[in-house]
Amino acid sequence: MADHLPILEVKDLHTHFFTKAGTVKAVDGVSFSVKPGETLGIVGESGSGKSITAMSVMKLVPSPPGKIVSGDIRFNGESLLLKKEKEMRKIRGKDISMIFQDPMTSLNPVFSVEKQMMETILTHENMNKQQARNRAIELLDLVGIPDAAKRLKNYPHEFSGGMRQRVMIAMALACNPKVLIADEPTTALDVTIQAQILDLLKKLQQELGMAIIMITHDLGVVAEVCDRVMVMYAGKPVEFSSVKELFDHPKHPYTWGLLSSIPQIHNRKERLEAIKGLPPDLRDLAKGCSFAPRCTHVKEECLTKDPALLEDETDHFVRCLLYEQEEKVIIHE
Amino acid sequence: MLNYIIRRLVSLVPVVIGVSILSFSLMHLVPGDPARSILGEKATETQLEMLREELNLNDPLVVQYGNFMGKIATGDLGESIKSKESVASEIGGRLPATIELTLFAMTVAVVVGVLAGVIAAVKQYSWFDNLSMSGALFGVSMPIFWLGLMMIWLFSVELNWLPPSGRLSNDIELTTITNLYLVDSILTLNGEAFVDALRHLLMPGIALATIPMAIIARMTRSSMLEVMKQDYIRTANAKGLAGRLVVFQHALKNASLPVLTVIGLQFGFLLGGAVLTETIFSWPGVGRYVVDAILSRDYPVVQSTILIIAVIFVLVNLITDILYTLFDPRIKLD
Repeated sequence: MADHLPILEVKDLHTHFFTKAGTVKAVDGVSFSVKPGETLGIVGESGSGKSITAMSVMKLVPSPPGKIVSGDIRFNGESLLLKKEKEMRKIRGKDISMIFQDPMTSLNPVFSVEKQMMETILTHENMNKQQARNRAIELLDLVGIPDAAKRLKNYPHEFSGGMRQRVMIAMALACNPKVLIADEPTTALDVTIQAQILDLLKKLQQELGMAIIMITHDLGVVAEVCDRVMVMYAGKPVEFSSVKELFDHPKHPYTWGLLSSIPQIHNRKERLEAIKGLPPDLRDLAKGCSFAPRCTHVKEECLTKDPALLEDETDHFVRCLLYEQEEKVIIHE
Repeated sequence: MLNYIIRRLVSLVPVVIGVSILSFSLMHLVPGDPARSILGEKATETQLEMLREELNLNDPLVVQYGNFMGKIATGDLGESIKSKESVASEIGGRLPATIELTLFAMTVAVVVGVLAGVIAAVKQYSWFDNLSMSGALFGVSMPIFWLGLMMIWLFSVELNWLPPSGRLSNDIELTTITNLYLVDSILTLNGEAFVDALRHLLMPGIALATIPMAIIARMTRSSMLEVMKQDYIRTANAKGLAGRLVVFQHALKNASLPVLTVIGLQFGFLLGGAVLTETIFSWPGVGRYVVDAILSRDYPVVQSTILIIAVIFVLVNLITDILYTLFDPRIKLD
């Protein structure tokens, strides 16, 4: 895996929304890369900018009011920001595809699964209708939908939630994408179905070798499927490391908060700890660390000084003033 | 589906009875005397009385209603008090004119209205959106008689482009089959008659289309705006589909139900006879016929026509309901 070049690289991405009430810096300096076969987790609360990061990669940020104001997104070495809408449509659904949180609403209710799958295939592949239909059946088989040929004729409302998410995955995989962005793919599903879907994604990744960007607010999902993880807060990455590092040596106070809000089977407490307060209003961020108002380790300088992203010798990045005095860190920015 | 259609058709019976009672009693509640309107001001009381007796107007209302409904049940719509012609044949000659005008107007209204609504929604707050929606507001607020008169003044009087009235010029020969002149001229391959009939249709058709077009455009726009926010539109974009597929297939089909409802209702209204438009453009349709009949207290004509309009209205609604299932597979009629 290590000898592969990254298939997708995001560098210092800034996506802002220009509203009447002010500029919302939804994504504010995000950088990451993924290699083929690798799974990157992006974790954060609602409104931390993880979904907008994904939509930016697809160049599907609603515009106006949204706009990618700076940074770069490179797929296979080519900058996506330089591509025209027409060229992007050739990439979407073929090279980079996406599955969404709510399979109940993400499929079009008035078209059969057959039509929805075939139109993706026919848009991107040089196939006739019969070949496309066979491919669709093959894909439904692949994602474990029994009696695929018959089920193809059904409409979305005739499938259960888990089955619909399988249909979404089949549709996303239709053209063997290099990158699959999964935006909270299990959030809307029952717990038992969640595990099935995650297993399915892992299995398919091993078979097809694509990179996965897993967007979630659930560190359990991260532990289950990801290789590396980026924790986001208020549009910025605050911690970035391998999954093992993150669980063994979490550094950012926000990550500590996230970890202690997961129930632990060996360490039973009366109450789970919640992170106090609410995510900040991204329109007028005060100077200093965005997490400072909710941080349990806040110092006076946190309120005035923007923390830089620090890197230690284990490829572990953190954006927090607690570590600035340590000897071995490299300061970025 | 078939069961459903049969059930709906059976439910026509109570509708017809209800409408007949209502129209019958309303007509007889309104003061006015058919005998007087036929014989005129100078008729003597004896003459009037003789005519009333002849027309059975002196029978008790219940008996008159019974006679009327008895005839209806056998398919006989009776005859006009005024012209002595059979109501069925008079309506038969006029209904196609109204149907042709309505179909033409609704086609214009649907094509232009839906297209304008879709573009306005996709380009929300653009100059097109602002222009078409102010146009639509203008359209719904426009008094049709005024619009009609202005059109006649401009296109017939000043520019002399279009005929101001009627369905066909006197010197044009047309073999009628369906009595829809556009259809007949195509069936008989009569190009001259087609052009002439179309020229006669244009102004009343567009005048009649104005209000439905405006309503359809506004409804399409708001429905499309709602649908364009849905997750499945994001999915369609994320799949890399061409923009027009996303808009005209994925979004429009979902947005079409409320639009279809409006189209059905407007269609029903127009088929009931566009009185003002038919009057201004001397269009020989049902609307003018029934208004004339009301003014002359021609009871059989009014009652029969209202019944027919009611039946048509119900049928149009039935067709609308059936169309729902074509647009949305989740709707089951049984």
